[in-house]
Amino acid sequence: MNLTLNIWRQDGPNAQGRMVTYQLADVSEHMSFLEMLDVLNEQLVEKGEEPIAFDSDCREGICGMCGLMINGKAHGPEVTTTCQLHMRSFHDGDTITVEPWRATAFPVLRDLVVDRSAFDRIIQSGGFISVNTGAAPEAHSVPVPKPKADRAFESAKCIGCGACVAACPNASAMLFMGAKVTHLGELPQGQPERWARVVKMVSQHDHEGFGGCTNTGACADVCPKEIPLDVINQLNKDLRGSMSKRA
Amino acid sequence: MTTTNPTRPAADTFGMYTVGAPIADTKAPTTVPIDKMWTTRKFDAKLVNPSNRRKLSVIIVGTGLAGAAAAASLGEAGYNVQVFFYQDSARRAHSIAAQGGINAAKNYNGDGDSVYRLFYDTVKGGDYRARETNVYRLAEVSANIIDQCVAQGVPFAREYGGLLDNRSFGGTQVARTFYAAGQTGQQLLIGAYQALERQVAKGTVTQFKRHEMLELIVVDGRARGIVARNMATGELETHLADTVVLASGGYGNVFFLSTNAMGCNVTATWRAHRKGAYFGNPCYTQIHPTCIPVAGDYQSKLTLMSESLRNDGRIWVPKRAEDCDKDPRQIPEDDRDYYLERIYPAFGNLVPRDIASRQAKNVCDEGRGVGPKVGDFRRGVYLDFAESIQRLGRAAIEEKYGNLFDMYAQITGESPYEVPMRIYPAVHYTMGGLWVDYDLQTSITGLYAAGEANFSDHGANRLGASSLMQCLGDGYFVLPNTIRDYLANGPFPKVAADAPEVTGALAAAQARIDRLMAINGERTVDSFHRELGHIMWEYCGMERTEEGLLKAIGLIRSLREEFWRNVRVLGSADSLNQSLERAGRVADFLELGELMCIDALHRRESCGGHFRAESQTEDGEALRHDDEFLYVAAWEFAGGADGVVGTPVLHKEDLVYKSIELKQRSYK
Amino acid sequence: MDPVATTTLLTGETTARRTTVFMKFLMATTGALFVFYVLMHMYGNLKIFAGPAAFDEYAEHLREILVPILPYSGFLWLFRALLVVSLVVHAYAAFTLWSRANGARPQRYAVKNAAKGAARTKMMRWGGVTLLAWLIFHLVQFTIAKVNFNGAFSADKLKLDGHPSTGLLVIASFQLWWVVLIYLIALVALGMHLFHGVWSGAQTLGWTNSATSRRLAHTTAHLVAGIVVLGFAIPPLAILFGIVKG
Ligand SMILES: Cc1cc2nc3c(=O)[nH]c(=O)nc-3n(C[C@H](O)[C@H](O)[C@H](O)COP(=O)(O)OP(=O)(O)OC[C@H]3O[C@@H](n4cnc5c(N)ncnc54)[C@H](O)[C@@H]3O)c2cc1C
Ligand code: HEM
Ligand code: SF4
Ligand code: FES
Repeated sequence: MNLTLNIWRQDGPNAQGRMVTYQLADVSEHMSFLEMLDVLNEQLVEKGEEPIAFDSDCREGICGMCGLMINGKAHGPEVTTTCQLHMRSFHDGDTITVEPWRATAFPVLRDLVVDRSAFDRIIQSGGFISVNTGAAPEAHSVPVPKPKADRAFESAKCIGCGACVAACPNASAMLFMGAKVTHLGELPQGQPERWARVVKMVSQHDHEGFGGCTNTGACADVCPKEIPLDVINQLNKDLRGSMSKRA
Repeated sequence: MTTTNPTRPAADTFGMYTVGAPIADTKAPTTVPIDKMWTTRKFDAKLVNPSNRRKLSVIIVGTGLAGAAAAASLGEAGYNVQVFFYQDSARRAHSIAAQGGINAAKNYNGDGDSVYRLFYDTVKGGDYRARETNVYRLAEVSANIIDQCVAQGVPFAREYGGLLDNRSFGGTQVARTFYAAGQTGQQLLIGAYQALERQVAKGTVTQFKRHEMLELIVVDGRARGIVARNMATGELETHLADTVVLASGGYGNVFFLSTNAMGCNVTATWRAHRKGAYFGNPCYTQIHPTCIPVAGDYQSKLTLMSESLRNDGRIWVPKRAEDCDKDPRQIPEDDRDYYLERIYPAFGNLVPRDIASRQAKNVCDEGRGVGPKVGDFRRGVYLDFAESIQRLGRAAIEEKYGNLFDMYAQITGESPYEVPMRIYPAVHYTMGGLWVDYDLQTSITGLYAAGEANFSDHGANRLGASSLMQCLGDGYFVLPNTIRDYLANGPFPKVAADAPEVTGALAAAQARIDRLMAINGERTVDSFHRELGHIMWEYCGMERTEEGLLKAIGLIRSLREEFWRNVRVLGSADSLNQSLERAGRVADFLELGELMCIDALHRRESCGGHFRAESQTEDGEALRHDDEFLYVAAWEFAGGADGVVGTPVLHKEDLVYKSIELKQRSYK
Repeated sequence: MDPVATTTLLTGETTARRTTVFMKFLMATTGALFVFYVLMHMYGNLKIFAGPAAFDEYAEHLREILVPILPYSGFLWLFRALLVVSLVVHAYAAFTLWSRANGARPQRYAVKNAAKGAARTKMMRWGGVTLLAWLIFHLVQFTIAKVNFNGAFSADKLKLDGHPSTGLLVIASFQLWWVVLIYLIALVALGMHLFHGVWSGAQTLGWTNSATSRRLAHTTAHLVAGIVVLGFAIPPLAILFGIVKG
């Protein structure tokens, strides 16, 4: 198929960006979206133009490194990661607009590459269970009811891609954060720090310049790991709980 | 059993390498029984007073399971840790992609598992090419790993009673594999990552994201720092410390197509190798039989499908090459060749990874491969679930493999419920890596290597679910205990920022970048990488021959020469430049590839994951030669500027098996 | 809570009360109060069908609530005060979060997002502003200044038993098509606000942890929105079309 691509180009964090249009011919429907960009890049280099910078690593939908706004939708038309999106989701003659995630907390580094360090800092603020190496009790000493273990796992599937932020009209990171709060909060091991954790994480989230949540669900609609919206409910509930339960 | 083959010619180095003095591990306390060694070593290793730890600094390259676990643990202990990684977050290291699970000798199922059995299985699985002391220790710490991870909140699969569930994996007879659906690596890494971020918040660990290590700094014979490029700004930085740990993962990407992430590279370990660290068993590569086949020339990576699929799928190709482009459902039973069931009636589709892989390549080389032609070849075999679906029902299959089937459908656009899956082997893991002793110290004093980056405990082949175990074992439990023995002698004299070793390393890194930017040739970086990958796959893949390897070495040399003359890297070195990053990595792969071929050439035996055509039994099975090759090949770099590698020196570490009996394996 | 991007980790004490989520709690609780009030108000409005006298009597009763305990009109004033404070809090939180959201994404996407998220947020915000504007109009018209726009009714004609009658004022006002139109527009805004707001409030308060409770929250939101719009629309329309006469 033949495609017209409108792609955001930006030389550096402080440079003025612009949309550039490229034509790409003979795209195979079996290609992944990123392979299509690889092919475009090879052609650009052959023509002596600088290739388009975009992030990816595992290319199997698990590392969370990739992430592009494709025709106004985070990770494109399917509910999956950008690297797992295939060209069979597009048609000959399509125009595809590709933009980076846009959020104050995710500054653009170059072209389609953004800096998601804010997520790391949210985890640093409290997204963990404090246990030093070697200090762990025998694994079977604390049974975990299966429904809780399952919900913890479902929430822990988040890959930290940032699509939720990209799609959210408020650029809020509540889904990402709710996923972590739910993952750790469902487990017995996570209880001691449960109430402090949520307050610290939300405070850091706000400090990073993410927006507040308006419960629209735009995040959950694009989340490649299908993290459900109720993790945000859980987060709200825990924050409310923290006001009465925290010493 | 004797494995001498009197008809084989005497060793010939083909002028490719020289043989140096033998080496040995001196750290394992071999005077005590194997099950007391680790306790003894931990006791003998010097302690560092808690108040002194802050003054001792550690650089760790890599935040995969090995690096993140080590960084978190050393940070908790109070050392001053700096970690480097090329992704934008420590959570994205390639360990995240591991699917199947992690082994541990917990014996929760009472099925007769024990530390010894895990040790035994691992040594045997590695075809008796691993160091037994290290493997025993690995089995010993395995149980602690599970405790640690559970305490961190890793959501392993559980049974209804609330206890942990286990499965049996990779042909073992006990169920000792812990898992979190098909995302075990992700969950383990997130556990380690969170522990790491906790230390970052505490200030014991400093993170350097989007930083790629380009040089090792060695002062007075000790590893004292690295040169790293800040990939976001292009700036070259030097970082100094009392000791350096490389946990930079495997080098499977030398094959271009592999199940590794796009950024996986050998640069960190290769640069250390160039500075004197021996490279152990570089040719030991694991090829995984169940990956999604290549669909076209544009393909950038291969995706693994869990091995568990072989439990219910039947592998076949058409008997006649003419049938290969037919709809598989139209090919009658009589015209199908279920070749694994035919050749290995006892194990059938469940033969070990290397056998399944090699036979798939054989049938495709015969022209009986299926799927789209890439180049002139069809590279794929069917993995057919029709019979299982009929026998067990679609629902049962969906329950077991639903997510894998979806993943396959997502990538190929075909539903395995209706059409047989197509699979083909792909490079998956590299057993080779920097040679280390029992303390995980390399041949450079003060330089440690952990995880897939070291030559590891897996010998010539790795059992499923044991890499995650090794990486976490190294990171959480081994390194923190052994590195203190070294650090107790520190802090070492401060290295001045303008010391010649520092400025020299910086200048070397700068010169290499400048040279790459200046070539401005005709070919893209990827085109070189792809070509190197073809050479490696063809001649240094599953089946190797002397003739092929010699040819490959010649091809690699001329490709490398062309690379340094004709590669095109655009843009500037002073900003984010992904072509430049790749060019640097490919440059190192072009050197490593040659060493891998030399190593493969010198090892004139079939063992573990690789098959040497000249060394087989009468019925075509792999034949090991313990009399000649019962050693680790540790290679010393012999000097040379960028793109030039001298004649490497081979140091042999003899493998001594006191606690386990050597056996030749058989799956017929 | 300042909307600036940072590269630092917060140090020092953090408290739940200074988070955006707490702001949302405030919106949700004040919003819940409004919902309660609006439903009561709607019920009162329907009294117009019983005639202006009944309508006035209902208003009179409101002033007598808890009378021996509180002075005459005391409850009403307290309630009004509560409503005003709530409104200030609700609007303050709304505008704060709105400006935060703008700060959180200064550079917009070239392709406008067609997803429901953007539309809903716009609906809440511009709908809220519409409501605020209308509320002022509404209070001036019927509560504070009691303005009559209908020339057909003289001041005398708006009296019942010698007292100015709000019931008659209502009837007089809604005989004008444009007043009814203003109300209908406000109602659409209100309906949409509740359509999302009631669900959103439930989620904000952490009441939607199960699939059933989520479904319930959505259904309630849709029902409340529907009932309120209908309940408020009926009296003005009935008056406009002459079904209820002065
Ligand atoms: C698809 C797949 C599935 C697998 N499944 C299993 C399984 O089920 N069970 C099992 O036991 N094993 C499995 N393995 C193997 C196992 O996942 C890996 O061997 C293991 O995770 C390697 O971990 P590591 O910590 O050594 O390195 P990695 O996780 O690869 O991390 C390497 C780190 O080094 C950094 N780095 C690399 N080079 C540089 C440089 N030059 N400068 C700076 N930083 C650098 C990277 O940023 C990264 O942080 C699987 C592997 C793959 C590819
Ligand atoms: C002054 C006029 C008003 C303005 C500016 C306003 C604005 C807003 C905004 C912006 C929201 C946030 C939406 C969200 O986060 O999901 C909101 C929520 C809400 N509003 Fe209003 N609103 C106003 C009046 C009202 C009235 C009169 C009612 C009741 C009838 C009401 C009920 C609610 C409810 C229930 C919520 C949900 C709270 C939550 O999301 O947690 N609002 N309002
Ligand atoms: S919640 Fe979903 S969309 Fe958000 S970061 Fe996690 S995986 Fe990505
Ligand atoms: S590249 Fe890893 S998720 Fe897409």
